[in-house]
Amino acid sequence: MSAELVTVSYIGAIILFILTLGGLSHQETARKGNLYGMIGMSMAVLATIFGPQVTSNTHLIVITMLVGGSIGITLARKVEMTQMPELVAILHSLVGIAAVLVGYVNFMGGSGLSGIEKSIHEVEIYIGVLIGAITFSGSVIAFCKLSGKISGSPLMLPARHWLNLGLLIASIYFGYDFVHQGHVGGDPMIPLMIMTGIALLFGIHMVMAIGGADMPVVVSMLNSYSGWAASATGFMLSNDLLIVVGALVGSSGAILSFIMCRAMNRNFISVIAGGFGTDTGAVASGTVEDQGEVVPIETGEVASLLQNAKEIMIIPGYGMAVAQAQHTVNEITKTLRDKKINVRFGIHPVAGRMPGHMNVLLAEAKVPYDIVFEMDEINDDFPTTDVSIIIGANDIVNPSAQDDPNSPIAGMPVLECWKGTTTIVLKRGMATGYAGVQNPLFFKENTRMYFGDAKESLDAVLKELQ
Amino acid sequence: MKIGVPNEIHAGEKRVATTPEVIKFLQKLGYSVAVESGAGAKANFSDEAYRQSGAEIINNTKSLWESSNIILKVRAPEQHPDLNVDECDLLNEGQTLISFIWPAQNESLIQKLSEKNINVLAMDSIPRISRAQKMDALSSMANIAGYRAVIEASHYFGRFFTGQITAAGKVPPAKVLVIGAGVAGLAAIATANSLGAIVRSFDTRPEVKEQVESMGADFLLLDFVEDGSGEGGYAKTMSDEFIAAEMALFTEQAKDVDIIITTALIPGKPAPKLITKDMVSSMKDGSVIVDLAAEQGGNCELTLPHDVNVTDNGVTIIGYSDLPSRLPTQSSQLYGTNLRHLLTDMTPEKDGQMIIDMEDEAVRGATVIKAGQITWPPPPPKLSATPIVKQAEPTPVVTEEPEKPTLLRQSLPLIIGALILYTLGSVAPSSFMTHFTVFVLSCFVGYMVIWNVTASLHTPLMSVTNAVSSIIIIGALIQISSSNTLLAGLAAFGILITSINIAGGFAVTKRMLDMFRK
Repeated sequence: MSAELVTVSYIGAIILFILTLGGLSHQETARKGNLYGMIGMSMAVLATIFGPQVTSNTHLIVITMLVGGSIGITLARKVEMTQMPELVAILHSLVGIAAVLVGYVNFMGGSGLSGIEKSIHEVEIYIGVLIGAITFSGSVIAFCKLSGKISGSPLMLPARHWLNLGLLIASIYFGYDFVHQGHVGGDPMIPLMIMTGIALLFGIHMVMAIGGADMPVVVSMLNSYSGWAASATGFMLSNDLLIVVGALVGSSGAILSFIMCRAMNRNFISVIAGGFGTDTGAVASGTVEDQGEVVPIETGEVASLLQNAKEIMIIPGYGMAVAQAQHTVNEITKTLRDKKINVRFGIHPVAGRMPGHMNVLLAEAKVPYDIVFEMDEINDDFPTTDVSIIIGANDIVNPSAQDDPNSPIAGMPVLECWKGTTTIVLKRGMATGYAGVQNPLFFKENTRMYFGDAKESLDAVLKELQ
Repeated sequence: MKIGVPNEIHAGEKRVATTPEVIKFLQKLGYSVAVESGAGAKANFSDEAYRQSGAEIINNTKSLWESSNIILKVRAPEQHPDLNVDECDLLNEGQTLISFIWPAQNESLIQKLSEKNINVLAMDSIPRISRAQKMDALSSMANIAGYRAVIEASHYFGRFFTGQITAAGKVPPAKVLVIGAGVAGLAAIATANSLGAIVRSFDTRPEVKEQVESMGADFLLLDFVEDGSGEGGYAKTMSDEFIAAEMALFTEQAKDVDIIITTALIPGKPAPKLITKDMVSSMKDGSVIVDLAAEQGGNCELTLPHDVNVTDNGVTIIGYSDLPSRLPTQSSQLYGTNLRHLLTDMTPEKDGQMIIDMEDEAVRGATVIKAGQITWPPPPPKLSATPIVKQAEPTPVVTEEPEKPTLLRQSLPLIIGALILYTLGSVAPSSFMTHFTVFVLSCFVGYMVIWNVTASLHTPLMSVTNAVSSIIIIGALIQISSSNTLLAGLAAFGILITSINIAGGFAVTKRMLDMFRK
């Protein structure tokens, strides 16, 4: 296959990738979009393999791709929908490590360039490795946080902003040293490796400092980084396909993060800079004031409340994911809808641990997506809602976001379920949510606490309803 | 305690102070109810209907007044035409009268009533606080008046309200201007809008703009800043400059619109004259003006209170002051319910014993006479239905200030970006710049494509972009043919892990997407 044909295939692949992203923007076209992506990827890979730059070691390609592919498919098959955030995070780390490897290989292989072109090429390698390393370590930490292997609460090192700045300056210095060593004949490998270490530390520190409720933003930000890493690799290899696709992924991830920050009324920069909220966050969290008494409720009462309601709103949160209760929720929804009760779902933009997490779970349980609404679409309907069921959600229904300017979540838009007639909160105990903030909702007069595991509780309610 | 509901004796008054439905609730509060025979006839509530809901029907007016502890009425007491006695004189010691009183306009009546040891509650003096909305009879009546104003206008107006294209030609929609967007104004807007007219509205209080727009009308704005919100959610008198600007607007609108409905009232003052003779003469033949302020002198100079007149140029001016009474069934039902809510508030024990609690802001506001003592006017309400705090703020200064820094803040990144690009362009070789162009363009394509993504697809989108970003496999593929074993090995490892990502990413996206269904 000639170089020209390879270029043509790349152009085809680029178009297909753009169609993929475009297709994924809407339900109707999403499946087709995914298909375009697969075709595009196959085209790009095959064109490269049969192109002029691959001359030997083809058997290695075949073996590694077969092994890698089957691992990937097995992972995708086996993963529980509730574990999606972890899977996506760990997959991001693979792109990161690949970018680092490609950078090193490219550097060690030598470029044959000289003068300013050589300098630019080295800067490109440097940046590619830098972003790749940050993506890698950041994703690994995000994976650990999401899977509960390490605590989700933000790690607040003293003077963390200065620390970040210091790391940044050090990276720039070693970048200069890296290029300089190459010109004077020293060993540029040392600054490159030191920088890799710094970038790994930086990635760890960055994600460690981000609080639990901001995790969805982090996941999508890492997604963006993996794109930029690919793009930087493209520059390094003078490969337009990599540049274009990397930039597509990078900008789309950045915009996704931005959209989510806007939905949470949080400043993009402050999320990235780390820590939940400002300094008041650490102080206010964990202060459990005596807010009155909660009113517990029994299974029978829950069932009769639901049966006598006309408008029901279900607000799922991470607790539903943990308890795997989405199928029971769907059964209850079906039973109630058969009784001509209008059941709808209100999804907060940051419910769960990654963007759209709840939508995926509900879709898995086959809840029709036309009764699943976004917060902005249904928030005005709560005054006419008879019963709101909160399933394992906490911060996204916390009235202090509106009432208490000192709350760490102040200003975050929340689902105003307390405006309805009755609110039933399913919870295991009186623990605080991810943000570590007490929730006055539980103490409201029209709130009933239904303690227990969400799955078991809902199964009992379902039995009662049938 | 016993509640008595006498006949309304005011000429043309068709309303009645209670309905069979309300009586059931009053009985639950522990009261017994007596209704004068024929009291609800004009509002289509028969004696039989009252009897069925448990009320006693009394034929003799005097015995009804005598035997009741609480008298519920619509209109204020006046001379009884049949008995030739003033209703005030029918009241006895210890009785309570609840009706419209208009204490500000009827001082002599208050004096007369206070001569007896009785309690009087004026339904028109219920304060406009959120809690008392359910007893706010003025709002209920204004709502009806606004509706009826449009119906009356359509009765005299010779055309459709809605625009139509028919086989017999095109019908233009009627243009309606509603001045004053209080309860009556908003009701008029909603009614005219539902009939298909083009509705515009003006009010001196800028905060009602949103309400007006929510009812489907255009809010007319002046190039003049002055807040007309007075105390208690009502309007106040405006400055001369403002009025001049306002009149210019009306002059211009009068030439254009077909129907003008005026509802402008300032509490305790005669209605402002907003529609001048000249404006009326500039209106089209067949136009209609409905003046809801007719009783307070009218917003239009040519209004004849309580009557309809047609000007020389064919403009009909309706000055009815009894619009709620022209919808007697509806208004009786709403008024009765308002009374019922007030009595619920005053009967905390539900034992039929009425308590006038002067600590209760709603009851305090309504009470004009307590045990023979005049308690009117009440202290001003603590809370307004609409926020009046804004008044104090110098609005023009506030709005201008934040704009400048945002402009600077917006342009600063652009300037920095431009500088960086310029520096880059001056040193980088052309091969780099070609790639760079591609890079920047791709960023924009990504931005355009993603901006409108559906929120429910965020997760699949992320997993697919994750798979797509494994395009980095190309970098590893290109380098696998290196003769150096170490490098080839590293590249092979790169291929291995990116393959995991490609297969895993696309497969999991497919799995997720297959689950979404309608």
